[in-house]
Amino acid sequence: MAEAKAIDGRSLVRRRAGLRLWLSASWLGLLCLVALFAPWIAPKDPLAQDLFLGRLPPFWMPGAEPGYLLGTDSLGRDVLSRIVHGARVALAVALIAGTITCLIGATLGLLAGFLRGWVDMIISRMIDIWMAFPPVLFSILLIAVLGPGLVSIIIAIVVIDWTRFARVVRAEAMAQGAMDYVASARVAGRGRPGTMVREILPNVLPTIVVLLTLEMGIAVIVEAILSFVNLSISTDDPTWGGMISEGRTSVHQAWWVLVFPLVTLFLTVLAFSQLGEGLKDRFDPVLR
Amino acid sequence: MSFLSIRNLSVRLKKGQPLLRRVSLDVSAGEVRGLVGESGAGKSMIGKAVLGILPPSIEVTEGEILLDGVDLLRLPPALRRKRIGALAALIPQDPLTALNPSHRIGPQITDRLVDILGWTRANADARARELLSEVQIPDPDRVLRSYPHELSGGMRQRILIASAFAAEPKLIVADEPTTALDVTVQKQILKLIAGMQTRHGTALLFVTHDLGVVSKVCQKLSVLYAGMVVEDTSVADFFAAPRHAYSAALLAATPKYTDPAAGLQPVPEAVIAAVQAEVAAFDRRAAHG
Amino acid sequence: MADLYSIEALRLSLADMTAKPLFGAAPHIEILRGLSFTIPRGAVVGIVGGSGSGKSTLGRALVRLLEPSGGAIRFDGTDITHLPEAALRPLRRRFQMIFQDPMSSLNPRHRVATIIAEPLRLHGFDAIPDRVARALDHVGLPAHFASRYPHELSGGQRQRVGIARAIALEPDFILADEIVSGLDVSSQAQVLNLLERLVGDLGLTLAFISHDLSVIRRLCQRTIVLHRGEIVEDRPTADLFADPQAAYTRELLEAIPLPDPAQVWT
Repeated sequence: MAEAKAIDGRSLVRRRAGLRLWLSASWLGLLCLVALFAPWIAPKDPLAQDLFLGRLPPFWMPGAEPGYLLGTDSLGRDVLSRIVHGARVALAVALIAGTITCLIGATLGLLAGFLRGWVDMIISRMIDIWMAFPPVLFSILLIAVLGPGLVSIIIAIVVIDWTRFARVVRAEAMAQGAMDYVASARVAGRGRPGTMVREILPNVLPTIVVLLTLEMGIAVIVEAILSFVNLSISTDDPTWGGMISEGRTSVHQAWWVLVFPLVTLFLTVLAFSQLGEGLKDRFDPVLR
Repeated sequence: MSFLSIRNLSVRLKKGQPLLRRVSLDVSAGEVRGLVGESGAGKSMIGKAVLGILPPSIEVTEGEILLDGVDLLRLPPALRRKRIGALAALIPQDPLTALNPSHRIGPQITDRLVDILGWTRANADARARELLSEVQIPDPDRVLRSYPHELSGGMRQRILIASAFAAEPKLIVADEPTTALDVTVQKQILKLIAGMQTRHGTALLFVTHDLGVVSKVCQKLSVLYAGMVVEDTSVADFFAAPRHAYSAALLAATPKYTDPAAGLQPVPEAVIAAVQAEVAAFDRRAAHG
Repeated sequence: MADLYSIEALRLSLADMTAKPLFGAAPHIEILRGLSFTIPRGAVVGIVGGSGSGKSTLGRALVRLLEPSGGAIRFDGTDITHLPEAALRPLRRRFQMIFQDPMSSLNPRHRVATIIAEPLRLHGFDAIPDRVARALDHVGLPAHFASRYPHELSGGQRQRVGIARAIALEPDFILADEIVSGLDVSSQAQVLNLLERLVGDLGLTLAFISHDLSVIRRLCQRTIVLHRGEIVEDRPTADLFADPQAAYTRELLEAIPLPDPAQVWT
């Protein structure tokens, strides 16, 4: 009875997971291609200004110029080209910062949750202290010290967000550590490092994957926020956050300068979180 | 006239496999009926259907549940809830999770009386104290002020029993109420439930997997396999001579320490095959009309 | 017959985290209070008691998942009471455990074959696929179950996998901790029959922990009754049932509901 129910629920989860996985992966895949081949894909130079072509509307509105599909901003720069080039920064930050944060945070969390004792004590205290800093102020302060730039953003994200992984993975590892299969690995004669890697890690992995993709979405947002307050990379390079910040000032005259990068940002963050959920459902043998 | 009368109740996963197959049974006032079967046989499902707490993924496809003569399945949801709330109650399986850990015991017994049945606070409090003494809890006032984690499993199960009897229901569904307890505590709790049931004249539907427990508290018995009642009989007749081969095998599988040669016999594969054939034949008939 | 296990004045305390004050260490509660008994090679010993009797703690101390705080556990002449993990590892092959909850004791992300093979690999066995196949055969599971995941099995089948994992290592001793309490009566009977047969075929020494005296009576020649961390009775099973000495044993026996309406509780 209970089993039958589970089977029914399983197929439902899987169907939904399939669609969601497919959609989010397609969007992110497309974005990756666009970022890789940005110079060839972008119809215009994203930095080229032409004050005679300022605030051109997107293609379907009256007054649009051919070649400027999504219009231009107040300096006459092509919005589509800028979004395409902005994807480079956004994805680079997402992938690099997300992965490093995940590696550091998850490792510390796993060690703390599985080994317990003094290791846990030190890591947990560090997490507590870290969480007491207000993250936005902390990141602005860090960038101010390190100086703006891609590397600084990545360092800021890693330094601030590793606790997100460490906390959740620690709790999960602790819960898994109390299960009898861990005791039975010990009875079988497995040492602690082996138990952690072979027994605990596979069971914590789905959680880590979900956190990782969430973190990638968060990294995109953090980069946008820092661009918005002009603390990201040099102001010339197009970033989505920078475009949103610039578009804000002329939203009444040229809404498209604000809306298109905003929608791209939104879809990308959503796709990251849905990708994680979808992957988890897909590769969980218990759900499969 | 039976107080609870279930007629041809069929239940299935929404657009999926059947879970109950035309179950019929009666429970009169003052009577205890055991529902026995292995896990997945649908015994808890019947209790849930009666109390209107089937999960949303499960639907009733046919049949009637007559509670004091009124078919619950024909009532609009609001009226059905009201009727069940006034006439029936549940003794749940797990005393650890059935009480809310963040509330004191007192309100957990009285809130339902006050909020839903409209008692005055003073009456409800007095009733709670009276019930706790009836379930032989020493120092009821202290216990009413306690949080669940401060009490033992047996104590919590006593509280759940008191709570079930609080509004003088005419029917109680007990869903494996002693499975989580030690045998010595189980004995006390079973005696308590049987005593309360007799004193209050309640109809009791007792879900269990243990035929030993059935022989101690029940007068009537329904044996289930795959959501089908394979035997409906009196407890005395059943233990003298079970009629269905499957229920006989179930009895032979039940341990009996007084006779080491008897008990703990696995259900023979031939018996399983035969009862599965019965289920298949039932499904074929159902499919054709 | 030599003693495989000899236990002397065994004590074990655990920190009571529910009573931990805000600052400082949690108080210790004594779970086992000086137990002494022996398990001869080839014996099948039942350990029975209610919740809180310490029976599971005793079991976990025997296979050294817990370290005793006093007394001594000798396994085949070796004192393992305080042996560090590294020194225990080679011995671990020889005392195995089957757990109560087969769902939580089998890693949900490993297939049955891996679950049985991993301990063999750790202890350097050769011809591992053959040994896995033989273990599955011993517990009456078809060979194709090797590629299944635990959640695809029924409760009884999962418990068979737990048994297969333990016997594959060819241990001298197996501790079975409440291994049939989560099963339906029919699977319960099957698992008990299986265990009874394996003990005979493989010449195992078995300690069988249970809260259920009827199950113990079926399987064990000798029964140890635990109550609040102390042994209240330790006798041949037949004698214990015929004439229980301790008041607690009598109480336990009388509380078992026999499937018989003639038994009336007073």
